[in-house]
Amino acid sequence: MQKYSVFSLIKNAFKGHKDWEVAWKDPTPKSEYDVIIIGGGGHGLATAYYLAKEHNITKVAIIEKGWIGGGNVGRNTTIIRSNYMHDENGLFSEFGMDLWRNMSQDLNFNVMFSPRGIINLAHSDAQMNVYSRRGNSMRLNGIDAVLLNREEVKKIIPMADFSENVRFPIFGGLMQPSAGTARHDAVAWGYARQADSMGVDIIQNCEVTGFDVSNGKILGIRTSKGEIKAKKIGLCVAGSTNILAEKLNMTLPIETHLLQACVSEPIKPILDNVVTFGAGHFYCSQSDKGEMVMGGDLDGYNSYAQRGNLPTLQHVLTEGIAMFPFLSKLKMLRTWGGIMDMSMDGSPIIDKTHIDGLYLNCGWCYGGFKATPASGWTFAHTIAQDRPHELNAGYSLNRFSTGHLIDEKGLGTKTWIS
Amino acid sequence: MLHIKCPHCGLRSQNEFSYGGDATVKRPELNKEVSDKDWDNFVYLRKSPVGKHLELWQHISGCRQWIKVERDTLTHEIFKTLKANEEV
Repeated sequence: MQKYSVFSLIKNAFKGHKDWEVAWKDPTPKSEYDVIIIGGGGHGLATAYYLAKEHNITKVAIIEKGWIGGGNVGRNTTIIRSNYMHDENGLFSEFGMDLWRNMSQDLNFNVMFSPRGIINLAHSDAQMNVYSRRGNSMRLNGIDAVLLNREEVKKIIPMADFSENVRFPIFGGLMQPSAGTARHDAVAWGYARQADSMGVDIIQNCEVTGFDVSNGKILGIRTSKGEIKAKKIGLCVAGSTNILAEKLNMTLPIETHLLQACVSEPIKPILDNVVTFGAGHFYCSQSDKGEMVMGGDLDGYNSYAQRGNLPTLQHVLTEGIAMFPFLSKLKMLRTWGGIMDMSMDGSPIIDKTHIDGLYLNCGWCYGGFKATPASGWTFAHTIAQDRPHELNAGYSLNRFSTGHLIDEKGLGTKTWIS
Repeated sequence: MLHIKCPHCGLRSQNEFSYGGDATVKRPELNKEVSDKDWDNFVYLRKSPVGKHLELWQHISGCRQWIKVERDTLTHEIFKTLKANEEV
């Protein structure tokens, strides 16, 4: 594989940029693999990469219905954080933060990781208490957390609404200084390029139409490009999980819902953190191009549409304007939607299934992007060792029936409720 | 914007309604032994199909009645709306 560096850039510049190798190949599927990963999004690509890198399993195929990076890894708001209260989520995400910090070097691809800090605003004394509890839990797990009072928040984001007569005055906030953002497409491309160089076949425009299961054991898949055999198959398809589960006669604790995001026209630098509104569901950061990147609530009803509805967008942006009044002056550049695999406790599932050789990675709800490296790493471990790693042991499929839910937000089973 | 025909009030905009989830889920019968599996099915497991989906909505800013809506989860087309006690 060609190494990307300033020297290779200069060298290729002299040749008119005509000799760059392709970043990944476009192979026809072989008849058999050791492992097939269904879903060429961030998590699937990362899983294939860590299977090759950490477990030396390189006879791997990624089967993607569309093109890699065309789903949620290209549709998110690029936020990376580990500000969770529960041990399962906190330790898993913080493990991921370490992978994020080294990702550009590890993948030899600039993913533009920018640890700019995230501030969750609090709008009441009660919320400050909740945040102080969450911050303490985070610190016990070795995650950085700082409780800010109103004046400290004002120093960092003076453009927020600090006037006296507002419905939701800012009391303070919880900050994770090491949180941040990354270039989402680069994450997909970086993992794809490395996985490909280690022998993984990335097969795009190939839809999975069925599974071969016999005596409780997975034998292979049927696809639009023919049948492919494999002893181990991992499902990594986010919002499409239920579609594939139906083909396997499985019913899962997952509903597919639509989440929208949007960017404003580009403006000069004003916001150097990620900020979330605490009295609703709105989050905002500024991209390197200057656009304000914003998102919030789900549309709120089961949807596979990958495009959103205006009432939700209006609701979310109303919250945004309550927090940052200057947003009302901006023009909207783009809006888009992605389909989320909403689990029944708001936490993900990375586990084996009742079918031998079939592994499941789903339930990422609002937070799939930041989990990309940790999800890929632990899913690769789960597949290679045929047992979960201790980091994802809590993300079991049967936790719903045994009562070991990880209900970070306390929403119960109706995780679409905002 | 969805337009939902409330069986009690007529065609109204989506803003007046709140969503209540899959309407085909049946609670295990009262005063009978419920197995863990049945309870699991009722509380957590959802089909979440692509295409036709029978779901509950509440006309919360209108007559406040719960209704059933048959809607396509891919195109958002609404085929039918029913009172909560009616079957498709």
